[in-house]
Amino acid sequence: MSVLAMGVVAAAADTGVVIGTGETIVFWVLAPVALAGALGMVLSKNAVHSALWLVLTMLSLGVFYVVQEAPFLGAAQIIVYTGAIMILFLFVLMLVGRESSDSVVETLRGQRVAAIVLGIGFAGLVGAGIARATEELPVVGLTAVQGTVGGPAAGNVEAIAAVLYGRFVLAFEVTGALLIVAAVGALLLTHAEREPGTQRSQKERSRARFLTDRPQTLPGPGVYARANSIAAPGRLPDGSPAPSSFATGVEPVRVDELPRTGSVGAEREGLPHAGGTDAALGTTTPGTTREGGPA
Amino acid sequence: MPASVPVDGLLSVTWLVIVLPLAGAALLLLGGRRTDRWGHLLATGTVVAAFALAVGCTLALTGRAGRAVSLDLFTFIDTGSLDVTAGLLLDPLSAVFVLLITGVGALIHVYSIGYMAHDPGRRRFFAYLNLFVAAMLLLVLGNSFVALYVGWEGVGLASYLLIAFWHTRPAAATAAKKAFLMNRVGDVGLALAIFLMFAQLGTTSYAGVFGSVGLLAGGTVTAIGLLLLLGACGKSGQFPLQAWLPDAMEGPTPVSALIHAATMVTAGVYLIARSAPLYDATPTARTVVLAVGAVTLLIGAIAGCAHDDIKKVLAYSTVSQIGYMFLAVGLGPVGYAAAIAHLLAHGFFKAGLFLGAGSVMHAMDDTVDMRRFGGLARRLPITFVTFGLGYLALIGFPFLSGWWTKDAIIEVALDRGGWSGWLLGGVAVLGAGLTAFYMTRLMLMTFFGQPRWEDGVHPHEAPPSMTAPMVLLAVGSVAAGFLLVAVFPLSGWLEPVFGEPEEAAHLVSPLVVSIVVTVVVALGALTAWLYVGRREVPTTAPARVSPVVTAARRGLYADTVNESLVMRPGVWLTRALVWLDARGVDGAVNGAAAALGGGSARLGRVQTGFVRSYALGILGGAVLVAGALLAVTA
Amino acid sequence: MTITNYLVLAAILFTIGAVGVLVRRNAIVVFMCIELMLNSVNLTLITFARSTGTVEGQVIALFVMVVAAAEVVVGLAIIMSIYRTRRSASVDDVNLLKY
Repeated sequence: MSVLAMGVVAAAADTGVVIGTGETIVFWVLAPVALAGALGMVLSKNAVHSALWLVLTMLSLGVFYVVQEAPFLGAAQIIVYTGAIMILFLFVLMLVGRESSDSVVETLRGQRVAAIVLGIGFAGLVGAGIARATEELPVVGLTAVQGTVGGPAAGNVEAIAAVLYGRFVLAFEVTGALLIVAAVGALLLTHAEREPGTQRSQKERSRARFLTDRPQTLPGPGVYARANSIAAPGRLPDGSPAPSSFATGVEPVRVDELPRTGSVGAEREGLPHAGGTDAALGTTTPGTTREGGPA
Repeated sequence: MPASVPVDGLLSVTWLVIVLPLAGAALLLLGGRRTDRWGHLLATGTVVAAFALAVGCTLALTGRAGRAVSLDLFTFIDTGSLDVTAGLLLDPLSAVFVLLITGVGALIHVYSIGYMAHDPGRRRFFAYLNLFVAAMLLLVLGNSFVALYVGWEGVGLASYLLIAFWHTRPAAATAAKKAFLMNRVGDVGLALAIFLMFAQLGTTSYAGVFGSVGLLAGGTVTAIGLLLLLGACGKSGQFPLQAWLPDAMEGPTPVSALIHAATMVTAGVYLIARSAPLYDATPTARTVVLAVGAVTLLIGAIAGCAHDDIKKVLAYSTVSQIGYMFLAVGLGPVGYAAAIAHLLAHGFFKAGLFLGAGSVMHAMDDTVDMRRFGGLARRLPITFVTFGLGYLALIGFPFLSGWWTKDAIIEVALDRGGWSGWLLGGVAVLGAGLTAFYMTRLMLMTFFGQPRWEDGVHPHEAPPSMTAPMVLLAVGSVAAGFLLVAVFPLSGWLEPVFGEPEEAAHLVSPLVVSIVVTVVVALGALTAWLYVGRREVPTTAPARVSPVVTAARRGLYADTVNESLVMRPGVWLTRALVWLDARGVDGAVNGAAAALGGGSARLGRVQTGFVRSYALGILGGAVLVAGALLAVTA
Repeated sequence: MTITNYLVLAAILFTIGAVGVLVRRNAIVVFMCIELMLNSVNLTLITFARSTGTVEGQVIALFVMVVAAAEVVVGLAIIMSIYRTRRSASVDDVNLLKY
């Protein structure tokens, strides 16, 4: 990319900047990609797909930055946006869970049509306005300010630094404060409030557990069964699934229907147990106990 | 009018005349039950003291140049261009009224001690009476129309309170309300007249107004005159506001005697006489006064002929006699003295008659129906004699009060000349005949003939505290006219107020007038004897009577007219306004509120809570802005 | 080709992001759309920086990135806490503030 930029800058060296063929090619290749990413983000039903489409758009934009003599911002775009922010998005998406994907049905009457009509109108108006206003706009280029990379003048980073720590130093400091506030705010918002000193000791928890109907641990999945999957419920001595062993959020699966040597279809509900092996296999399964009780 | 001679001696405390009864009223009303035992004595004492003071002041007044004294007491209202000084004006006219009010008032206070002896509300009664006397004195003594108005409203209030003294009786309460409301109609006229004076002249004092009458446009003077007349009609029970006065007889009889016969109802005459300089400038208003007087004179006399309630007959008689006074003051300067003389004489004999009626009621267990009287002359000798003297004075028996003063009015009316003079004179003579008829009917039904008493009634003469005032008033009835016309001519005494009495050339000789009037009166009395005295009086009023009698019984349909012309349209108007208020005004207000509420509720639906809807709005706005920018830069 | 191409591309990307905000209900996807809009603005900034020959546009783009990072942190934290209480990441479920 930097090679492309260098080429463009070199081509525009003497008569201001004339946008070269290389950049044109880059644009016409990446602009559809960026548009496709944007449309894909809006149209994807799955939020994770949306995030991935957005990454595509942001990467394209990063390339555009580099092409337009802003290599530092191009790098920052890729690192900060596609790297950090999008990871944050994905992280929250995973936290929120899969049910957060949209339903297709629009609940607000006319919202979708109005949004599309207004959007097309807005894009048409703004695009037409920009096109008319900037068609004859000369491109000065940034060579005079930041020079060419590796050249005698200061580079892009130095030029940005000069302005950032010069004219915009106050804004820079305030932005730093803003970041701190944002971080603290996020902490406050996501922090689960718990009164200090309310955490109970192990002794207290143990006593509380023995006051319930079920002091012992819940049976683990797969107990009395022939699978270690968390979806396989434990079984009672008569072979029926033990409800207390159902994992939360997972449909219990009848493991016995899976093909297995010697016992295919042998165990069905209501049928006598084929053999005592399963029952003997372990009344307890160490390591798969689940914390029970009211803690 | 006010004298420039400094005021000194007794005259400088003229204000005490008002303050004495006012203090009595305040003490009795504020003192509560502690004053129950001696309150009536205190009240009587204040009025007697006021009378003594009034006599002293009047005597002091005779010696003064101009016979008038004006006292500025304090600044009453001082706002912007309105500057009313509370002041008193004691001149011959007000002095006459002060003497009448305090004199008759004192007698009636004494009478009330006996009359109200057993009433639980006696203290309240005397407090109201004192309040009335104070207000009435303020009315006649004030030196500005505003002071007069204050007194005017004060007597209205006292009249209302006293008519409704037995306020647990629905009839009394209704009568009081009726009197108050009809007075209010007149009071509005008086208030408007005062506003007009202030707006046009910037002053309301008598001196100021009368001194600049010439500056006013003719129409304005006429308007003021007519408005004042409206006020006078309301207070004096003159046509068309006469209907309240007969109903006001629901009050205790001393009240009827003092307020609704002798003093308050003559306030209208006082007002018009006092405003003489105004009326001098507006013949139109004066003619209306004349017409009102003549019409009322006949209405009162006719209605009086048909009633069986002794007090109502006397009330209609009062209406009629005040009509005479209005007629006289309407005749202009020549009639003022005659009007005031008749007013004073009337004050005596009508008060005496009412006290006599009260004595009869007292004897007959508060019965007022004359058809249940009869033959009382022997049982109530003092009452009979005093009442009889008052009766003779009223109908104009020769050489008694009425003869002197009523004849004077008739003479003045005839002297007006032309067809109107003959008409007015004829009306006055006819009224005299009717007066004789109904009063003779009253006398015959009450004191003569066979007793028609209800069972268990044992007539007895009243106690001395009641008979003594009656005797004194009877003496006044007999002598007042003679004294006022012949011995101490009132016209001469009132000269500083009304000017030199011009000795008009009589069109008809006074002697002829006297003879004619006396003959007519005799005819009236004879007719009454033919109708009532000659034959048995039925104890219930005959139902089958001529339309004339029916009309007279209904007070010539005054109430009907009032109801159909004022009350029912008022009710309809009120209903229409209520409807308009409920549907129109409230509807508009509630409708606007409902429209706003409903509109905002619908508008609030835009706030769906869906962020995406709001965002759609934002995008729409952005499209608009982009389009606008494009359109502007294109 | 001219820089207009970049700018129009940025405009189209921005619009796609905006429409995505309007039509998607998953809060995280909505957030991604916002990120796309921010990125398209960054592209515009960098393009204009090149066009005018100054580096300030790039610096501002850098600030946009930083602020976007902060915003993502806080926004995702908010989404997480909402998800914790409502078991949903749909923006339509957060609609208590209404008429």
